[in-house]
Amino acid sequence: MTDTLLLLVYIIVFPGFIFLLAYALFFEFLDRKISARMQHRVGPPLFQPFADLIKMLGKEVIDPDGVDRHVFDTAPLVALAAVMTAFLYIPVTGASPLAFQGDLVVVLYLLMLPTVALFLIGWLSRNVFSAVGGIRAVTQMFIYEVPFFLALLTPALMAGSWSISDIVLWQQEHLWFMVIQPIGFVVGLIGLQAKLERTPFDIPEAETEIVAGPWTELTGRRLALMHLTSDVSLVVGSSLIAALFLGGPALPWTVSPVWLNWIAGFLLFLAKTLAVLLILSSMKVATGRIRIDQLNAIGWKYIAGAAVVQVALVLIVDYFGVAV
Amino acid sequence: MPEVVIPIGPQHPALKEPVNFRVIADGEKIIRLELDLSYSHRGVEKAAESRNFIRVLPLLERVCGICSHSHSTAFSKGIEEIMQLEIPPRALYIRTIIAELERMHSHMLWLGVAAHEIGFNTLFMWTWRDREVVQDTLEEMTGNRVHYGMNEIGGVRCDLTPVQVNKALSRLPNLEERVRKYVDMVNDQETMLIRFKGIGKMSREEALKFGAVGPTARASGVDIDTRRDDPYLAYQEVPWNVVTDTAGDVYGRTRVRIGELFESIKIVRYCLENLPGGQIRVNNPPKNAPEGEILSRYEAPRGELVHFIRTNGTDKVERVDIRTPTLANWTSVAMCLVNQNLADIPVIVAAIDPCLSCTSRITIVNHKNGKPGRSG
Repeated sequence: MTDTLLLLVYIIVFPGFIFLLAYALFFEFLDRKISARMQHRVGPPLFQPFADLIKMLGKEVIDPDGVDRHVFDTAPLVALAAVMTAFLYIPVTGASPLAFQGDLVVVLYLLMLPTVALFLIGWLSRNVFSAVGGIRAVTQMFIYEVPFFLALLTPALMAGSWSISDIVLWQQEHLWFMVIQPIGFVVGLIGLQAKLERTPFDIPEAETEIVAGPWTELTGRRLALMHLTSDVSLVVGSSLIAALFLGGPALPWTVSPVWLNWIAGFLLFLAKTLAVLLILSSMKVATGRIRIDQLNAIGWKYIAGAAVVQVALVLIVDYFGVAV
Repeated sequence: MPEVVIPIGPQHPALKEPVNFRVIADGEKIIRLELDLSYSHRGVEKAAESRNFIRVLPLLERVCGICSHSHSTAFSKGIEEIMQLEIPPRALYIRTIIAELERMHSHMLWLGVAAHEIGFNTLFMWTWRDREVVQDTLEEMTGNRVHYGMNEIGGVRCDLTPVQVNKALSRLPNLEERVRKYVDMVNDQETMLIRFKGIGKMSREEALKFGAVGPTARASGVDIDTRRDDPYLAYQEVPWNVVTDTAGDVYGRTRVRIGELFESIKIVRYCLENLPGGQIRVNNPPKNAPEGEILSRYEAPRGELVHFIRTNGTDKVERVDIRTPTLANWTSVAMCLVNQNLADIPVIVAAIDPCLSCTSRITIVNHKNGKPGRSG
């Protein structure tokens, strides 16, 4: 009974949905604030993302002519549900109670769903900007997804486990994968930036070219939910990178009592995800948008190449049984 | 993929003013571009005919928000030539200073817009911040940030005090340093290079054929600049160079504009340091202009601006015709866009620094039903 209750608390309150939503909005605030300060602007106040969310939730929902309303209503919900579920498998204060062999693959799969939802929205919008944006989103997905998957699977390969929590444990005993697999770390960060459609990979929603891409016809709560999905994806992506490459919430030594250990792990989680966010924000501020054909060339030539090299290195090391 | 018509405008986030491009694209490749200009015809020329010269100047200044000084200078220059007025050198120098400050803030604005078009918002924010320095200087000198109202027939409206001159001079080194930073960014920033180099290429022959003017033409190696070719104001006395580039693409146009920023700083510094004394305007300039026609050329930030003025012996013009540089550059844009990528439209269009409302000189009337709109 208490186990079920604890699990429910884990899923719904902490570190599940409520914490996740709050953290996602805080993340958006930080992201906007960091880029604003780097661009010599003032930036938003702390509760701005929250205010935006509430405001958009209350706005009128407009159905474009001839659009399948149900799909339009469902797609943002599915996207949000997918990324929120993904977060449950990521260790926040210690191993996730839901962890199982293969949860890494599930998380990667769930993280892919928002892009598919976005494509669907774009395709169904009956709007040329949305359609072009949707096609771009899916084209971009085929470019970054392969190196991103390869980069995130190499830690699993070396740790010999398909569970994120196990990979964190492995790093606790050995070394951070950022140190062992620097190429994979960089590719993972670039892939994450592309997945989140942030500059230089904001090609699907390029404001000056195609208005807002698939987002163009989204209004009211659909837009609010899609924005929230982006924010949550940012948190999930950052924590995934933090867990796989930066050792996650695991401390190198054990602190007693347990609750202190738990808090220390949580603080580590916060610090590491924020560090990842800082890198992602800097990347966003320091670049302009590249073109889809340029991304295609760069993605397959260099990024995918680097990921393959990383996998090959891991396999060779594994084959010769070099102990790390 | 079949051909798709993508409407850009009249309302579009990339456009600051109304214009309509119908882009016919095959996937992401542009096949053809159809332009529909003139959404904001304001009847400035007609209004100018019903006002006397004193009241025309503020009106013409409002043709454009960026190159407001250009229009009033081009007009007053023409009228003064018809009246055969000898403008005091101090007035010419002050006009030159304002003109070059205007060019500086215009080019900085452009650099920010071009960066914004490729999604590089950091440079956008930075250039617009630094542009404030120039605007502050203009505000101190003239009292206004946008429409300076500095020109009068026969001179300028107000004098520069030594305090203003020193304040402006003290701002220039900092500004120069910032512009140097932009040069570094344009030459080193990877995403800017891949989005600017080889995009919207136009050869020297094409630039001449399509009648491009200003930085657009100079970037293709056409060595034209009204300030040197048909000198006016104080440009003859100031040491400066015409900046050209051979690249012919958006990258070249960026380099020309940044080069002109340096030249403008040089000109402003020289003029401020060597400001001649004396009057700032002619005493009692005549109210009426004798009958005559004049073509007044002026190098606005965007290229050669032409005012054709016909007077009839009264204190009003009989006809004033304004050819803005943007109008001269439109054909080159339509040409540059063919076979380019869909994603490059904003930056290629922005590369000529279009000023759309200033260009709206014509109303197209459908000859079949006599109503305004696109003719059949």
